[in-house]
Amino acid sequence: MTEASALGGVLPLVLQGALVLSAVLTLAVGYRVITGPTTPDRVVALDVIGTNVVAIAALYAMIRGLGLFLDVALVLAIIGFISTVTVARYVTEGDIIE
Amino acid sequence: MAGAIATAPPGPLVSLLVVALVVVGSFFLTVGTIGLLRLPNVYNRLHATSKATTLGASGIALAAWAYFGPGGAGMKALVTVLFLFLTAPTGGHMISRAAQRMGVEFEEGVTWPGRVDETPEQPADGNEHD
Repeated sequence: MTEASALGGVLPLVLQGALVLSAVLTLAVGYRVITGPTTPDRVVALDVIGTNVVAIAALYAMIRGLGLFLDVALVLAIIGFISTVTVARYVTEGDIIE
Repeated sequence: MAGAIATAPPGPLVSLLVVALVVVGSFFLTVGTIGLLRLPNVYNRLHATSKATTLGASGIALAAWAYFGPGGAGMKALVTVLFLFLTAPTGGHMISRAAQRMGVEFEEGVTWPGRVDETPEQPADGNEHD
């Protein structure tokens, strides 16, 4: 029982620390979005921000104990993929739907 | 939050697994972000992000799977892992192809694979292909 309570203290601490770390990393990626020399640099950086936010949503789901936020993570992953493909097509072909 | 029932915190063994997976995922997210910020080229940055960042987010989603159990919400975490592994290589490939068609330069000394007409490298042991 004491072991369980000790780990019960560690787990929220680790989750909150990972949440803060992911938020700081997402902020740091913003530097590449702003000063990326080319458009693909910015697209890559925005893709990474999307992936980081997926991780943040999963961490928040664990912190709150609510499985609802995993839906947020899944939908964000889908939208991030669609936006990446869309921008890549726009840059290459000039239009998205022909 | 009416109707949303919070899952109880897991036991010690599952907590240990969740902590380990979250630490591994955070490490890979950090590596991917440092690579994105420090590497010199779009293609090199894609190399860092499309592998390391995907692995980091997947590690954290796997931790969520361990936390919420195999059914219900945990299944969504597993589907997220599968989706990330399917889409990240596709997106990286499309961005790199778009960058190459835009005319983003390669690094010094890097040529297209299989193209030998521009500045061919000397083979290491000179007379193999003579």
